[in-house]
Amino acid sequence: MSQSISLNTWSDALSGFNLGWFPLGLVIVAAVPLVFIALYALTYGVYGERKISAFMQDRLGPMEVGPWGLLQTLADILKLLQKEDIVPTAADKFLFVIGPLIMFVGSFLAFVVLPFGPAFIGADLNVGLFYAVGIVALEVVGILASGWGSNNKWALYGAVRSVAQIVSYEIPASIALLCGAMMAGTLSMQQFCVAQSGPYGFMHYYLFSNPIAWLPFLIYFIASLAETNRAPFDIPEAESELVAGFFTEYSGMKFAMFFLAEYGSMFMVSGIISIVFLGGWASPLPNIGSFALNTMTSGPAWGAFWIIMKGFFFIFVQMWLRWTLPRLRVDQLMYLCWKVLTPFAFVAFVLTAVWEIYK
Amino acid sequence: MQELGKAELNSTRIIRQDDNRVVIEKDLDTEYMVLSMGPQHPSTHGVLRLECITDGEVVVEAEPYLGYLHRCFEKYCEKVDYPGIVPYTDRMDYLAGMNTEMAYCMAVEKMLDIEIPRRVEFIRVIVSELNRIASHLVAIGTYGIDLGAFTPFLFCFRDREHILNLLEWISGARMLYNYIWIGGLSYDVPADFKKRLSEFVTYFKPKTVELQKLLTENEIFVKRTKGIGIMPADVAINYGWSGPMLRGSGVDWDLRRNDPYSVYPELDFKVALPDPKFCDIGDCLARHVVRAIEMEESLKIIEQCLDMMPGVDGFNSRVAIPKKVRPKAGEVYSRAENPRGEVGFYIVSDGKSTKPLRCKARSSCFVNLSAMKDLSRGQLIPDLVAIIGSIDIVLGEVDR
Repeated sequence: MSQSISLNTWSDALSGFNLGWFPLGLVIVAAVPLVFIALYALTYGVYGERKISAFMQDRLGPMEVGPWGLLQTLADILKLLQKEDIVPTAADKFLFVIGPLIMFVGSFLAFVVLPFGPAFIGADLNVGLFYAVGIVALEVVGILASGWGSNNKWALYGAVRSVAQIVSYEIPASIALLCGAMMAGTLSMQQFCVAQSGPYGFMHYYLFSNPIAWLPFLIYFIASLAETNRAPFDIPEAESELVAGFFTEYSGMKFAMFFLAEYGSMFMVSGIISIVFLGGWASPLPNIGSFALNTMTSGPAWGAFWIIMKGFFFIFVQMWLRWTLPRLRVDQLMYLCWKVLTPFAFVAFVLTAVWEIYK
Repeated sequence: MQELGKAELNSTRIIRQDDNRVVIEKDLDTEYMVLSMGPQHPSTHGVLRLECITDGEVVVEAEPYLGYLHRCFEKYCEKVDYPGIVPYTDRMDYLAGMNTEMAYCMAVEKMLDIEIPRRVEFIRVIVSELNRIASHLVAIGTYGIDLGAFTPFLFCFRDREHILNLLEWISGARMLYNYIWIGGLSYDVPADFKKRLSEFVTYFKPKTVELQKLLTENEIFVKRTKGIGIMPADVAINYGWSGPMLRGSGVDWDLRRNDPYSVYPELDFKVALPDPKFCDIGDCLARHVVRAIEMEESLKIIEQCLDMMPGVDGFNSRVAIPKKVRPKAGEVYSRAENPRGEVGFYIVSDGKSTKPLRCKARSSCFVNLSAMKDLSRGQLIPDLVAIIGSIDIVLGEVDR
């Protein structure tokens, strides 16, 4: 606990630092991580997805713009910015415009509580996990608004499917996260990481130190795929069935906002899963005798490195699954949620409670 | 009173109670929605349009609308002489051009009653079996896309590329070959063809296993296709189904064996039938499995043809090609087993002209597609997509 307080004072002191009228400290503490995420999501998430899928499929992926196609996404953004902003005449204009904004805001507000290392966190709320789960659910409103506002039957199908899916999967996901909260005894994202850091590295992670943690870990991972509409649960935007789902009618920058929100959410759920079960910014390397690997690889910069690496790893797994598995059907998806994941989540909840009492 | 009647239409009832209260009752019924699927839709495999009446996600009825790719093939045939029709047949089933060419040429050769050199027959069988593999690769790959699996599609296209390279090497074209001519071939195969073809066969054999592991045995894939769109054998026969669709329903019928043509009687191959332990007979999975087995059987046929094919010495592939094609008056129907089923050509000649009086093509996909209404009744929209994919239509052949 004392460690965390000292960290918070550190970042509080930094955020109080102003360069003349310019709040430089606040920018560094709050804005830099978010800018990183925006950059990542815009360029290298998309680029990574295209390259990874290409290597899985015996292709090269983007190769033309820049060396190894590194600037491809920037070129795509320029293209999207130049596109005409089309609003269909039959659409509900207000909902149509507000939909992508809500999605985008909902996805990116969650980053406020994501700690990028012991010192970098937008706001260390004492209900951080609860806030993250709640604010990501705001996306549902955006999806419904854009699906309904488009006045397109495919978009409506996509929106209705999406709402049913996300609302259903919140339940096993939340219960699985509650298991994690019981293990840590807190809802603060920063405290999760503090509780899981220690001299033995990865042995402090709940996934390895707690014999039950793998169950909520798996449940949350599967449910998070569904919450972010990733394959094999991408039925709201199932391109072979619903053309493009709820964003069928969108083009240009509005379309790019959906894209951004999707990649933002991907990183967000990867961040949550690595914080709750895999120690967040805590270094996985253990101290071996006098060779203090853990101490060497801890600290603000290393913390950011570890959490981003863990996030990237889960994003890679998400992409891997997406390019391997076919898509489930709507009813199979609901079956999986209500008849498999939710009961197992309850079992995990009870087991965790028992373990926490008697360990 | 009038107002009450009007309200009833909107499934609303206004009931006046004894104590002068008015109670309004509304039915919680749902309305049907008409959903136009296609012609621009990712999973209609071209320009098919389905007008679906849907109740939520359930398709009450789906009516296919055709003709967006109609090119008057049969009318053209009356204006073009017999050899000139061959390129048009390529454009019918553009995924299996060689097979359609062969079916057409066999019909005209039957009218002319000419003897085909044995080497030509073997080359024809080899190229059409190669094309059958290429066509099934597209069918299986796009079926994966329909169900949301993108990677098998690109794996299939990577392997198909090798076949297209081979066919390009022998005919000069990758899709619309114009290779099989009436009475022969446009060219003999190149000198190293045998070597490169056997290289391809050894390359492709492990790939079929890979595809099976990636797609056919995938848990989600089986869940999505097993028991979906079941077509009983008798109904399938009544609809006139043929090819993998009919065999998927468990009917042991293959024109290469039941109505043999070319050198197929000399070749040893199995007619692909679905395994009832793995899939329900007649469902989408059965049709997919039949295509997967057929690819392996085609490989076997190609291997045998390579062994049995006569040598090259002084061979002229155009030796039996008639100078002028003017069949005797009469009519003929000739059919062949194409990747999508039976393709037949019915040709009428008046005996004077070098152009057919009438040429009717029996399209396999068109007939297979006719069962769409029956198959789609009461299915979910994702299942409808799975069913369309399993029919494996090529709109170029449906509309002609």
